[in-house]
Amino acid sequence: MTRIDRAQVEVRTPSRAGPRKIAGLALAHLWVAILAFGIASAMALMQALSRASLDLPWRTAGMYYLSVTAHGVLMALVFTTFFIMAFGYVVASRTLGREAGPPALAWTGYWLALTGTLATAATILAGKASVLYTFYPPLQAHPLFYIGLALVVVGSWCWSAVMLLSYRTWRRANPDAPTPLAMHGIIATVLIWLIATVGVAAEDLIQLIPWSLGLVSTIDPVLSRTLFWYFGHPLVYFWLLPAYVIWYTLLPQVVGGKLFSDPLARLVFVLFILFSTPVGFHHQFMDPGVSAGWKLLHTFLTFAILFPSFITAFTVTASMEVGGRARGATGWLDWLGKLPWRDPLFSSIALSMMLFAVGGIGGAINASFGMNAVVHNTAFIQGHFHLTVGSAVALTFMGAAYFLLPRLTGRELELGLLARVQPYLWFIGMLLFSISNHITGLMGMPRRIYEAGYGGSPVAATWSGWTGLSAVGGIFLFTSAGFFMLVMIGTALAGRRRDFEPVVWAQPLHPIPNRRTLFDRYGLWTAIAILLVIVAYAYPLWTHLRMTRFGSPGFKPF
Amino acid sequence: MKVPLYEKIWMWASGVLVVAFVVTIVVGLAGSALQPPSHVETIDPTKVWNDPRFKQRGATPTAAGTTVVMIAMMFAYQPAEVRVTAGKPVTFRLTSSDVTHGFSIVGTNGNTMVVPGYISQFTTVFRTPGEYLIVCNEYCGLSHHLMFAKLIVEEGRAQP
Repeated sequence: MTRIDRAQVEVRTPSRAGPRKIAGLALAHLWVAILAFGIASAMALMQALSRASLDLPWRTAGMYYLSVTAHGVLMALVFTTFFIMAFGYVVASRTLGREAGPPALAWTGYWLALTGTLATAATILAGKASVLYTFYPPLQAHPLFYIGLALVVVGSWCWSAVMLLSYRTWRRANPDAPTPLAMHGIIATVLIWLIATVGVAAEDLIQLIPWSLGLVSTIDPVLSRTLFWYFGHPLVYFWLLPAYVIWYTLLPQVVGGKLFSDPLARLVFVLFILFSTPVGFHHQFMDPGVSAGWKLLHTFLTFAILFPSFITAFTVTASMEVGGRARGATGWLDWLGKLPWRDPLFSSIALSMMLFAVGGIGGAINASFGMNAVVHNTAFIQGHFHLTVGSAVALTFMGAAYFLLPRLTGRELELGLLARVQPYLWFIGMLLFSISNHITGLMGMPRRIYEAGYGGSPVAATWSGWTGLSAVGGIFLFTSAGFFMLVMIGTALAGRRRDFEPVVWAQPLHPIPNRRTLFDRYGLWTAIAILLVIVAYAYPLWTHLRMTRFGSPGFKPF
Repeated sequence: MKVPLYEKIWMWASGVLVVAFVVTIVVGLAGSALQPPSHVETIDPTKVWNDPRFKQRGATPTAAGTTVVMIAMMFAYQPAEVRVTAGKPVTFRLTSSDVTHGFSIVGTNGNTMVVPGYISQFTTVFRTPGEYLIVCNEYCGLSHHLMFAKLIVEEGRAQP
C-alpha cells in the first residue's frame, strides 16, 4: 500500500442496498434539521419585522420573546445538532468502508433526541418557556423544557458513541493507516462535544431540572451561567468543525482541485480539540462573582483559538486557487472567475467564508477583555453570531444539503434555479442584517428587545433607520430560507430518480504519509484538552463553591 | 510535516497578529486598568430591600467621588434617575431583587450584568456632562424592553 489515499476514495457500491441503509439513518436526521430550520426561519421573519416596528397582527411582546426562544433553540440547538449527526453518519459510513454502527444505538439516539426536541418545542410554543435559548435562571421554564434538552444531549451522546465505536472498529482493521481526513474532523467534533456537554448536563440535571420540578427551592445563577458557558463556547466549535470538514474535504473536489495541505488540516482539528473548552469566561466578562484574573486567562486561550481558523482561511482559499488553475486560470486573480459560482455547494461555502472573515474579526473584538464592555449584550452580538453560526455554519450546511440530499435519496435536485440563487440571497440578507446590527450595537442598542423606544429617548431614536435596514436583511434571509425549503421538499417529493452517486472526497495536493501520525493519537489530545479544562476551571469553580452563596427562587415573567 | 513557503509566511503572520492582540489587551490592562467588572460579593436576593448595603440608594458623595447604589428589578431600576458629577470617579453598586438583569450606560463602556445573589461593582469617570440612557440588556421578562433609567452627569462645580 503505497497509495496515499486508500480510505479517501469511496468504492462505488453497485447494489442499492448499501447506500440505502445509512441513507435512512442520515435522512431521518437531515429531515429533522431541515424542518427545524424552516420553523425557526418563520420565527425569524417575525422578529425582523418587529424590529422595524411594523404594526402587524399578533405582534405582542409575548409573541416576540416566544419567537426569539423558538428561533434560538430550533436553529442553534436542533438544526445544527441534527444536521451534524446526519453528516457524521455520512462521513463515518463513506470513509471507513463500512456502515456506522451499531444501528440500534444510532436509532436510539435519534428517537431520544427527537422526543426531547418535541418536548422542548411544545413547551416553547405553548408559551411556558420564553427563557431564550440561553435559559439563564432564575427565569424558570416548564420542567419539560429542561428534560427535553437533556434528552437531546443524551441522544447526541449515542451518536457520539456510534462515531467512536465505528472508528475503533476501523482502526482495529487498519492499525497503521492515517484516519481519513473527514473522519478525523468528525472525531474532533465528537471529542469537543463530549467534553463540552458535561457542563450543560451538570447544569440541567443537578440544577435546573430539580429546581423546576420544585425539589429544591433555589438556584445559584452564577454557577449556572458558568456551567452553561463552559458548554456554550465549545458548542460554537461543535457547529463550526463539521463546516470545516465540508470546506476541507468536499470543496476542493467540487472546484476540481485538490486539498492544498492535508497535514495542516489535521493540525487545525487537533488545535480545536485542545482550545475549544477552556475559554468560557469570555462570555461572562460582565458577570459579577467571577474574578478578573480567571477571565484574563480565558481571554488568552480564546486568542489561541484564532490561529487554527487563520490556517483554515489560507488552506481552503489556496485549495480553491488550485481548482481555478486546474480549470485553466493563469493570472493572479482570474482563478476566482473560473470557480463554479453556479454550483450551490461551492457558492454557499465561498460566500459563507467571506461573511465568516468579518465575523471572526468581530469575535476578536468580543473576546478583547476591555473592548467587550462597549458591545456586551448589544445588537453587535447578534450581528456577530449571524455571520459565524448563521453564515459560516448554516449557509455551509445548506450548501451541503444540496449536495447530500440527491446522494442520499437517489433523486436529482429539483428547482435547481432556486438552489443557485439561494446562497446569494442569504449573503445579501446577512450583509444588511449584520452590518446594521453591528452599527446599532456600537450605538448602544441592546439585543433581544421587542421595542427600542425607551420612553422617547433621543439616543434610542437614532437607532431606527438602521433597524429598518436590518428588517430588509431579514426579508432577504427569509426568502432565501424559503427557497431552500422549496428545493428540499421539491427534491424529496418530485426529484427525478437516478442512480446513487457516490460522495467523493478531496485528494491532497501533496502526498501524505501512508502511516498514522501524531495527529491521530486522539487519547493523547483528549488528555491534554482535559488538563487545560482543569487548569482553566478547577480552581475558580472550587473557590466559587466554597463561598457563602444565596440561591434564587424561580420567576416566570412571561 | 512539510509546509509550503507561502503558508509558512501566513502562519507566522497569523501568529504575530494573535500575539499583537494579546499584547494590546495587556497594555490596556496595565496602562488604563481596562478590565471588566469582576467584583465578588454575595447577598441574599430575597432580602435586598432590607440589606444595610442597599438601604440607602441613589448617589452618595464620598471622599473619592460618588457611590451610586441601585437595585434592578422587573422592570425598573430603583432609583430611576441618578445625578453624578463629570470628571469625578463614580462607583456603581448594583444587585437584583428577582431575575438576572443588565445595566448598560448607552454611549459609554459602563456595562455590567446584575445577577441575583451577587453584587456588581465598577468604577468609572464620565468626562462629558449630559443625560445618559441606562438600559437593561439582559432579557428579564415580557417588559424587558421597558426597563431603563436615566443618568444625569452634571458640570463639575469649581473647587473653593
